Amino acid sequence: MNPLAFLHQPIDSSVSPSFRSSGESIALHRVNGSIVVNHLTVNYRSVQALKNVSFTVQPGTLVGIFGPNGAGKSTLVKAMLGLIPSVTGSVLYQNRPLVEQLERTAYVPQRSHIDWSFPATVWDVVLMGRVRKSGYFHRFSASSRRIAANALERVGMMEYRDRRIGELSGGQQQRVFLARSLAQEADVFIFDEPFVGVDQKTEDVLFRIFRELAQAGKIVMVVNHDLGESITHFDHLILLNRDLIASGNRTQVLTLENMTRAYGGHVRFFGNQVA
Amino acid sequence: MFLLEPLQYGFMQRSLLVAVIVGIICAVVGSYLMVRRMALLGDAISHSLLPGLAIAFILGVNIYVGAFVAGVLSAVLIGWIHTRSPIKEDAAMGIVFSAFFALGITLITIVQKTNKIDLNHFLFGNILGVTVSEVRDTAIIAAIVLLAVVLLYKELLFYCFDPMGSQATGLPVHWFNAGLMILVALTVVASMKAVGVILVLSLLITPASAAYLLVPRLHQVMLVGSGIGVFSSISGMYLSYYYNLPSGPAIVMVVSGIFFLALLFSPTCGLLTQFKQALKPDA
Repeated sequence: MNPLAFLHQPIDSSVSPSFRSSGESIALHRVNGSIVVNHLTVNYRSVQALKNVSFTVQPGTLVGIFGPNGAGKSTLVKAMLGLIPSVTGSVLYQNRPLVEQLERTAYVPQRSHIDWSFPATVWDVVLMGRVRKSGYFHRFSASSRRIAANALERVGMMEYRDRRIGELSGGQQQRVFLARSLAQEADVFIFDEPFVGVDQKTEDVLFRIFRELAQAGKIVMVVNHDLGESITHFDHLILLNRDLIASGNRTQVLTLENMTRAYGGHVRFFGNQVA
Repeated sequence: MFLLEPLQYGFMQRSLLVAVIVGIICAVVGSYLMVRRMALLGDAISHSLLPGLAIAFILGVNIYVGAFVAGVLSAVLIGWIHTRSPIKEDAAMGIVFSAFFALGITLITIVQKTNKIDLNHFLFGNILGVTVSEVRDTAIIAAIVLLAVVLLYKELLFYCFDPMGSQATGLPVHWFNAGLMILVALTVVASMKAVGVILVLSLLITPASAAYLLVPRLHQVMLVGSGIGVFSSISGMYLSYYYNLPSGPAIVMVVSGIFFLALLFSPTCGLLTQFKQALKPDA
């Protein structure tokens, strides 16, 4: 999608009239359950991939992370989980470093990062969500198997249980990963570009379950590839282009000025390169 | 009779034991190398055993220990060059293993002038010449390797399939990676006498790859691969005994033959199977 195409639409059309301000009222009650990112800076080789990013996410919110290609969206979530080192900054969840409570997080990487020819079945992959809870040297317990089966049922993939993962469509693979994250019984869910190459049914399942998780008080953070109509599903938007451009609800974030800073600046940058 | 006759000799019993053990652990550890696309690391580590082996021999230490240390050292050095410099991993492997290999051949050539030690036995294996203590060392190594794989199976499966996802749940993935390197080093040390350091790659990768064409899950790949590995090393051993062939190459030729059969006739993805299915709708 042309990143500038968004600018040609009236901004108001992106702001759903059904926007609920409930996110803020929850925030007042459960401020301790939030994720607080403070001055996060990440270098990738010699390039600053993320500059001094700070924001707060309340529990019970569905967060969309947006920005142009190379904006550092994946870098942000990886740095939050300690998968890549950060130069400065901290990430707290319930006032404690998030990396010290990773057993409470579920992370689903981009589908393209996975070798789908791996010798594993759908059931093997969903059970991976129970590895941490089972502990070392233990087999999967009956309750772990039940939780995994329920997760698979919830995403509508139970009948594919014994299929090799490589035989599934992209959307089905994404739903299996969603089931794995559900089986983890986490409190913080992070998905990196889950909508790339998936069918409409999978997109509906993903948004339905994201909403259920948010309603259960979980934090769900979703890195997004493009600014489609799906943007209306999110309670909280984070707009990124190496710097944090904006963080807040749709009315706060989707302003012409912010969009120009996120997407227009990128285009100007290329113009300068040519000149 | 044909199969039992050689077993009246002690050396044949010992070789048979080593053939079974090596067939199993190579297939199991090789399955990890295959799914992680690190086949060449197995090759690099095995070539790097030689200098450690020679130095241990000179010092009068157990040569298995010396070889193991050199194997681990080479993996560490490859990782170090790869992370601390712009050199890519495959180049780092090539640099390190050829350097180690050259040093090893030099040292063994010097040593074998005055001692009863044959470079060829380490390069190409000599399964019919294993001693009682070598059988013992091989069995100890196999016990360690198999115990580690059984105890950490679900963690290693998660890690190999999705390193990022498993790291994000707080699993110590750097230790898993180091642990897998150690398992590879142990396995090639144990297989050195059977197939030699140059051909051990075949026993690591080929049974696992053949099994991968036949069954869908990692533990099944390991089990079927072990079966293929054991069958190949035993038949290679008999070929070596009856036809006076070098044992390592005989084993490798059998296992390669089985792989090609799997490639052609696998029920799910065999080349000939697919060809037959393509013809069916017309018939």
